[in-house]
Amino acid sequence: MSQFTIKDDEVDIVIGALQPDLTSFMEQWRPFFSRFHLIIVQDPDLKGELKIPEGFNLNLYTKSDIDKVVGSSSNAISFSGYSCRYFGYLMSRNKYIISIDDDCIPAKNSNGEPIDAISQHIINLTTPATPFFFNTLYDPFCEGADFVRGYPFSLRSGVECGLSCGLWLNLADYDAPTQSLKPDLKNSRYVDAVLTVPARTMLPVSGINISFNNELVGPALLPAFRLAKEGKVRWETVEDIWTGMCVKVVCDHLRLGVKSGLPYVWRQERGNAVESLKKEWEGVKLMEDVVPFFQSVRLSESAVTAEDCVVEIASSVKEHLGPLNPTFDRAAETMVEWIKLWKRVRAN
Amino acid sequence: MATAAPPLKDELDIVIPTIRNLDFLEMWRPFFEPYHLIIVQDGDPTKTIKVPEGFDYELYNRNDINKILGPKSSCISFKDSACRCFGYMVSKKKYIFTIDDDCFVAKDPSGQQINALQQHIKNLLCPSTPLFFNTLYDPFREGADFVRGYPFSLREGVPTAVSHGLWMNIPDYDAPTQLVKPLERNTRYVDAVLTIPKGTLFPMCGMNLAFDRDLIGPAMYFGLMGDGQPIGRYDDMWAGWCIKVICDHLGLGVKTGLPYIWHSKASNPFVNLKKEYNGIFWQEEIIPFFQSATLSKDSTSVQKCYIELAKQVREKLGKIDPYFVKLADAMETWIQAWDELNPPKAN
Repeated sequence: MSQFTIKDDEVDIVIGALQPDLTSFMEQWRPFFSRFHLIIVQDPDLKGELKIPEGFNLNLYTKSDIDKVVGSSSNAISFSGYSCRYFGYLMSRNKYIISIDDDCIPAKNSNGEPIDAISQHIINLTTPATPFFFNTLYDPFCEGADFVRGYPFSLRSGVECGLSCGLWLNLADYDAPTQSLKPDLKNSRYVDAVLTVPARTMLPVSGINISFNNELVGPALLPAFRLAKEGKVRWETVEDIWTGMCVKVVCDHLRLGVKSGLPYVWRQERGNAVESLKKEWEGVKLMEDVVPFFQSVRLSESAVTAEDCVVEIASSVKEHLGPLNPTFDRAAETMVEWIKLWKRVRAN
Repeated sequence: MATAAPPLKDELDIVIPTIRNLDFLEMWRPFFEPYHLIIVQDGDPTKTIKVPEGFDYELYNRNDINKILGPKSSCISFKDSACRCFGYMVSKKKYIFTIDDDCFVAKDPSGQQINALQQHIKNLLCPSTPLFFNTLYDPFREGADFVRGYPFSLREGVPTAVSHGLWMNIPDYDAPTQLVKPLERNTRYVDAVLTIPKGTLFPMCGMNLAFDRDLIGPAMYFGLMGDGQPIGRYDDMWAGWCIKVICDHLGLGVKTGLPYIWHSKASNPFVNLKKEYNGIFWQEEIIPFFQSATLSKDSTSVQKCYIELAKQVREKLGKIDPYFVKLADAMETWIQAWDELNPPKAN
């Protein structure tokens, strides 16, 4: 149905480098990355020079770039670990941004061919979303599908897609307790669907394989929620979960869509769930407080941009979650700092 | 070799509306034979519908419906598969599976025949998760679980009231879509079961549907359709909107996805257009009504919820067309009939 071609230069692929040698990662993705501009951001805690293969059109940012741009804000905002990619988002001037963790490679389809996750993300972002009524045949804009009987006609043009959340084969994005209890649990189920997560429904957004419309929601993809002992494996963070809920609230308010499903990437083993369990528990407890808040937060009618929305959410976080734990207070402050930084960088 | 008894063999009825014949049952025999069937014969009651040998069944035609319900039979549609809900009402079982007589056994991507009934039973017997979306779909399925970030306090889930299956081959499109895409076939097997989130409505198709009668039965009224009515092919839609509002209110779950059946017959799109015509316009007002419908804290049973909903239908939709006043009356009649045929069990 409605697919239009986008120009390649409207896309940025932003990669946060948490490991020093990106050769294998980039070679595996080369067929799908090479058309596009890449932004690679080196984790400021990672010492030494990154190994990156030749032949890509890319910008590389390291700690010194971050320090130069961020300047005095660096007290509030940390770009360490997985959060380094947010610096890439800050630097990007392109409309669509796609991010994949550096321990993921292309998954294979049933014919054994590598799956182009980049194209699928672009399709997701450039076809409408349908958050106001559930279509039982999933994405109605997909070839071979449509809206089913009983779907209101007035809702069939859909809304713009703000965020596209992909999935993972092999090592799924389970939390440390789950993966520790079931060490052999690997995801081998390929679910051939993209669907819109309905309005006002919250979801855990995993940063491992995502993309978004930078023009519409860019400022809401923010590094704000750090655990005291945040680590360098996903089991030891919840920053993306926090950010994801902010983005969902923003999208719901601005009447944009959030999609989930395809594409899959193949996620490789890294780290040890049982070890991470010792650290991750604090985040897990905090998330319990966070969910009712995000499910009920409502923004004012005057919040018409993602920036406005983030500022309002931050203020609400400070008021309602701040008293529960200082981590929330810090998150709220960081969100405000982030918007200031965002505006400052855009103004230059 | 000892084989396990078919699950829920004595707790589940299969309700089949038919106006033609039941030849399709032959293909389902390996999966359906252990279960009790309730056949609801629509149309001419003098016609004899032959049930294939070996099935245990009860059959009701229009004369039977009129005899059993008396004047209350006015709430049961005539010349429309909506009449199937009579089967729900007379059943004495906890679970219902309903299927259309043009639906056959589908195959999964590996070529295996799909036991749709068994999948529905699995769906109904394990919890739903309407309060937070799990990106790996049904966390209770083998090979899956809740993802990182899913609140632990919500991982027990809620009881599942409804399991909504899908269709390979002829998809459930409305008439305008059928006219524009007469050749489109659903060939995509989506290997997922998922819970429809709280607060979200969906188009419920009655072709391949199962539910827990104890949890939601009285709300599964398929409305006034067919002969003498200004609308058709919205029976299951109407029931779907009602049950979703009530399930959301009572904290029950609705699942959709697997199992697939093979839908063989494409009904005539021009005939369908005539039936759906009013529905297509009316649904633009009906949907906002259901999306904003709230039920009072005092509505703690399905029947109470349904009666409250009926009142709201009369008040708010009555102005669109007098049909909705009739429908609200029929909804109340249905509940009266349900309670008569299903008196509360003595403790």
